[in-house]
Amino acid sequence: MPHLKQEKLFAFLIKGSAYLGILILCLFFVTLFYQSWLSLTSMGFSFFTRGVWDPLNQHFGSLPFLYGTLLTSLLSIFLSLPVALAVALFLGYFVKTGFIRFLFSTMIELLAGIPSVIYGFWALFVLVPLVRQLAFFLDAPPFGVSLLSASLVLAIMIIPYAASFSREVISLVPAELKEAAISLGATRFEVVRYVIFPYAKSGILSGILLSFSRALGETMAVTMVIGNANRIVFSLFEPGNTIASLIANEFAEATSDMYISALMQLGFLLLFVTVGVNFLGLLLIKKWKVKS
Amino acid sequence: MKAGSEVSVRKAFDLCFVGLVYLFSSLIFLPLIAIFVYMVMKGLPALSFDLLTHLPRPVGSEYSGISNAIVGSLILIAIASLIAVPLGILIGIHLYEYKQARMTDILRLCMDVLQGVPSIIVGIVVYVWVVLPLNSFSALSGGIALALMMLPVIARSTEETMNLILPTYKEAALALGVPYYTAVFKVVLRSAGSGVLTGIVLSVARIAGETAPLLFTAFGNQFMSYNVFKPILALPLLIFNYATSPYEEWQAIAWGAALLLILFIFMLSIGVKLLSYEKK
Repeated sequence: MPHLKQEKLFAFLIKGSAYLGILILCLFFVTLFYQSWLSLTSMGFSFFTRGVWDPLNQHFGSLPFLYGTLLTSLLSIFLSLPVALAVALFLGYFVKTGFIRFLFSTMIELLAGIPSVIYGFWALFVLVPLVRQLAFFLDAPPFGVSLLSASLVLAIMIIPYAASFSREVISLVPAELKEAAISLGATRFEVVRYVIFPYAKSGILSGILLSFSRALGETMAVTMVIGNANRIVFSLFEPGNTIASLIANEFAEATSDMYISALMQLGFLLLFVTVGVNFLGLLLIKKWKVKS
Repeated sequence: MKAGSEVSVRKAFDLCFVGLVYLFSSLIFLPLIAIFVYMVMKGLPALSFDLLTHLPRPVGSEYSGISNAIVGSLILIAIASLIAVPLGILIGIHLYEYKQARMTDILRLCMDVLQGVPSIIVGIVVYVWVVLPLNSFSALSGGIALALMMLPVIARSTEETMNLILPTYKEAALALGVPYYTAVFKVVLRSAGSGVLTGIVLSVARIAGETAPLLFTAFGNQFMSYNVFKPILALPLLIFNYATSPYEEWQAIAWGAALLLILFIFMLSIGVKLLSYEKK
């Protein structure tokens, strides 16, 4: 057995890297949990319910960021959904071949490849002035940098993900079902409404969940256009902040242990929620694929 | 008569629906064209030989450049690839080889979940793991953060392309009496080579523009640095710092850098696409 040693090494390497891969993810949770221990034990649940964030006086209430994160992400999903679904239908059902399809799918790939910081840069110089003008027009506070700007740039950023995911799901709808509906005289709308959507429903929902978790954790583009105001505002035209953007802004300046720990706790929450939403989406798509 | 009018209503409704789908899907061109045109307009005048070869200078001085950011980005990508490529391929082989094992399902789930972890979280975790013990921001920590983002992409693409290789290849190799690892590395992995390479290139394209994981790891540096234990600048960091600065001169440099970065990323992703088309 001349190769026994190498065989053992091979098995060891493969097993080892697998354990390492699992360990890395577990360590993410352990690290952030350990780092947020100080803030967890001293502030308890009130950390999530208080609305004042004043590190100078050691007041840490994270409600404004929970609110900002949830609001911008939900709004961006809402804004991107019509376009994402349209593109998915276009590529997954209407146009299956040809140059136009190639053009569209290339566009989506390119859009997905643009780095977040460049989206933010562009939004800061193009989208923000537009939003400011809109605010002027509507007699809203004309900041420009605002929750709305952040939601808009987030919407643009998640369209490619939501679209390519839903396209895949839609193209998996069995041809027999669609053909059966067509042979009964259904129009294209009716095929979509009564065959494709009911069949692909949970698959599309899981795509929405995955895009939502992406929107929750998006950092650079948001931090450049949201205005970084650490308070709860009720107008979409006013600046706010999200968890990820807060961490990006303040982590390097956090001086006291409690300050760092509070940011770590927000990081832990963000990790927990994004992983949870992601997990739910993955579970749903797995079930859906087994069913179909 | 009634049936006929109902059909025409349905037809009209259908036409509206299809029109709406076409309209909404063509909206996707809007942001891409808007971003690209604006960036070329702003970035092309800034791109010059001087920009690529000089170090950053204070506002107001001539010949300010981004050479250290380019070198820094390349070093960070190299460190990240050195870590993520071998580990990712090994994990991919595990996913392919042990399909029945319960651990493989867990591993696959971990990779999928890791891919969805927000990049800023990767940044602060690597800050705790590497920056705090070494007591300094460093290129090494930045590279590790980027490697963690590359890892799941490489692992999954390796697994998926290996799955496409017929199992008879491996069986034939094993029947000839070669050791198991030879069958996996020299037969299966080599046949899957172009797919694995595609995954690697795409993962590089993905991390080349990442900023958030570098904020508290690579941190940035005013000067040229080749030391992996010292802070280092990267293109996305430079774009972020200059874009949010109040100086128009710096903003112009940031546009130039952004154009350069996006050309690099597009070249990688389009190159890979053409490569895989040729294979087919």
